[in-house]
Amino acid sequence: MAESIPADATHGHDVHHHAEQSFWSKYVFSTDHKMIAMQYMFTGMAMALIGGFMAYAFRMQLAFPGIEVPGYGTVTATDYNALVTNHGTIMIFWVAMPVLIAAFGNFLIPLMIGCDDMVFPKINRLSYQIFLLSAIVLISSFFVPGGGFGGGWTAYPPLSAKGEYNLTSLGSSLWLVAVALEFVAFLLGGINFVTTAMNARAPGMKMFDIPIVVWLIVVASILFMASVGPLIAGAVMLFMDQNIGTAFFDPDKGGDPVLWQHLFWFFGHPEVYVVLLPAMGITAEIMCVFARKKMFAYKTFIYTTFGTGVLSFTVWAHHQFVAGIDPRMANIFTVTTLLISIPIAEMCFIYIATLYGGSIRLTTPMLWALAFVAEFLIGGVTGIFLGASGADIYFHDTYFVLAHFHYTFFPIAIIGTFAGFTYWFPKMFGKMMNETLGKIHFWGTIIPFNGIFIPLFVLGGAGQHRRIYNYQHFPDLAGVEMQDLRVFATVSLIIMLAFQLVFFYNCFISWRKKEKDAGKNPWKANTLEWTAESPPPHGNWPELPTVYRGPYEYSVPGREEDYYPQNVPG
Amino acid sequence: MMPRSIASLRVISDSRPRAILPSPILGMLIFVIAEMMMFAGLMSAFSIVKAGALGWPPPGQPRLPVEATAFNTAVLLASAAFLYVANRTYARNRNLAKRPLFTAMGLGVFFVSFQGYEWVSLIRQGLTLTSSNHGSFFYLIVGMHGLHAIAGLSVLGWAALQLSRGRLAPSSFAATQVFWYFVVGLWPVLYFMVYL
Repeated sequence: MAESIPADATHGHDVHHHAEQSFWSKYVFSTDHKMIAMQYMFTGMAMALIGGFMAYAFRMQLAFPGIEVPGYGTVTATDYNALVTNHGTIMIFWVAMPVLIAAFGNFLIPLMIGCDDMVFPKINRLSYQIFLLSAIVLISSFFVPGGGFGGGWTAYPPLSAKGEYNLTSLGSSLWLVAVALEFVAFLLGGINFVTTAMNARAPGMKMFDIPIVVWLIVVASILFMASVGPLIAGAVMLFMDQNIGTAFFDPDKGGDPVLWQHLFWFFGHPEVYVVLLPAMGITAEIMCVFARKKMFAYKTFIYTTFGTGVLSFTVWAHHQFVAGIDPRMANIFTVTTLLISIPIAEMCFIYIATLYGGSIRLTTPMLWALAFVAEFLIGGVTGIFLGASGADIYFHDTYFVLAHFHYTFFPIAIIGTFAGFTYWFPKMFGKMMNETLGKIHFWGTIIPFNGIFIPLFVLGGAGQHRRIYNYQHFPDLAGVEMQDLRVFATVSLIIMLAFQLVFFYNCFISWRKKEKDAGKNPWKANTLEWTAESPPPHGNWPELPTVYRGPYEYSVPGREEDYYPQNVPG
Repeated sequence: MMPRSIASLRVISDSRPRAILPSPILGMLIFVIAEMMMFAGLMSAFSIVKAGALGWPPPGQPRLPVEATAFNTAVLLASAAFLYVANRTYARNRNLAKRPLFTAMGLGVFFVSFQGYEWVSLIRQGLTLTSSNHGSFFYLIVGMHGLHAIAGLSVLGWAALQLSRGRLAPSSFAATQVFWYFVVGLWPVLYFMVYL
């Protein structure tokens, strides 16, 4: 990536702009934001494969209890607990976060605001190194005596607090250490994102010339940094409960187990928006480009995002409706929870208004973007059931919650990632992906996805509880009809996982192509990253661009082309 | 915290939109906000457990040294005052800034050592991490602040080193001050909540 030296490389520079770099300084210890983005991206994707494999193993156990799972072996009850716990942990903290925030944030922010790198490149590199360490710690927890942590990804005490309850004393401590390290990594990354976007924009780029996805990643980073503190405090307390013998969460000795739930969800709920917002930003970029229309209500969208961010700090206790909180408090949190659906609905309407009357091109990224909105809506609407405290008493901890949750996080973490990855792939590697394979992969993912989780809504409505190893032990849940739905979901999952091979094959053949057929701007988009070479060299531009207009000037009347790049004077 | 990309070096010099704050200060402020939220989490946990307890501090547990710590609080506040003086001096004459900076650091070291001395005597009196929730929270919150004080002193030490080499950039110095003011400003709040 460092073939060409920027013209201005002679002044104000240190080693990080030298032309010849060894393998280590180019790929491993690079401070280049694009290389760090790729490191985050591929670490995240590798973790997604691990998390997906875990889902395969425990879904097989649920569909065919006691079976020897091909490729895994028999899933014991302890294995099952560790698999579901770490599936959740990995998919949220080691897939959604690194890919959506860290990878896209690193790749897009400097390129979209017209700057050569992050403001603190070394802190950026440190951020990835800590993240990698955290992933190693998490995976190593599976190989210690007792195995991986099995107390659920929310780690509620007292189960998580004592080795004699969860039987994985070392695994649960390693889990906590891994999560804490990961937060430190994203804290460092987030500082970079906000500072860079605020301080290093290209000449002429005003606040409201910043592309939506950059704004949304910035807001998401702020949300993350403002909410993560209490969870770090809670993690330290839980770690001390586990290893030193304090009793912060032990009711026997005057502690309070629900306290952890408050500390966890004070972070955990904004966290949903932390990963949602980048995905929504990616979707907005793609929709404008492939509808060839100006973003509808750009400023309203951003203000709505701010509103969502503020509201997201006021909803966390809807996770504690059955934990014995005061019903009057539950009422308040019901109201705030239902309120937060308003800005999100507004953002969906803005998408629809953007699409309305556009000349829509159904490319692979566009299909992903449209699917994101459609599938996320199902997740959002089912969330209303759970946000109402009365209904939640019935639905709490059933598969209805689980299906709702996956209908929000799957569109965010998987669909959003595929949308962004297929859209920016030409910029990342200079080559176009195969559209036919892309569409096969799209349909092969979306249809089985619904095949997995619609049955789970039905099962949840019928009262099937989460985190149960074998439903055959429960007469009410062991019926053939219910078991058939479980088998259906598991088979759908296997089909979906199999179709991911198409994606990797597509990546591989596209990456292996001899010629760089993408050019600078294959989608005819306006934003600044499309004015750099594909892939952009170290330093991004020989001369930094100047910005003359907003990012969404498509189909401007009286102009020959239907796009108007931000850096074109006039 | 040393910015190395040309982006940060050029912010002031070229036609880029004006930075809302110099990057090191902005980065440090964001970090401090995250830290504040962590202490807010600790303190809210503390007040919830305290409110649920039958008596506070629990019977049979030693009382905290309120007066001695009040004195120590004053020492820490004085440290911040000297840092402020150091900053004022630095703006006029960099070489003269060393003395107030070292004084500020010395007072900070005194604060941390005095806290350590206090801990030792409290442990002798039977207040430990596991003796009660009172002890757990006391050592957790005060210890967490102590760790931040040590980190802050290291950062100030780095600034002093750079200053003596004549390489201390104004915005880096400002960022270290932001962190130390955070450490100092947080302490009276903790003192009121935990000791009183």
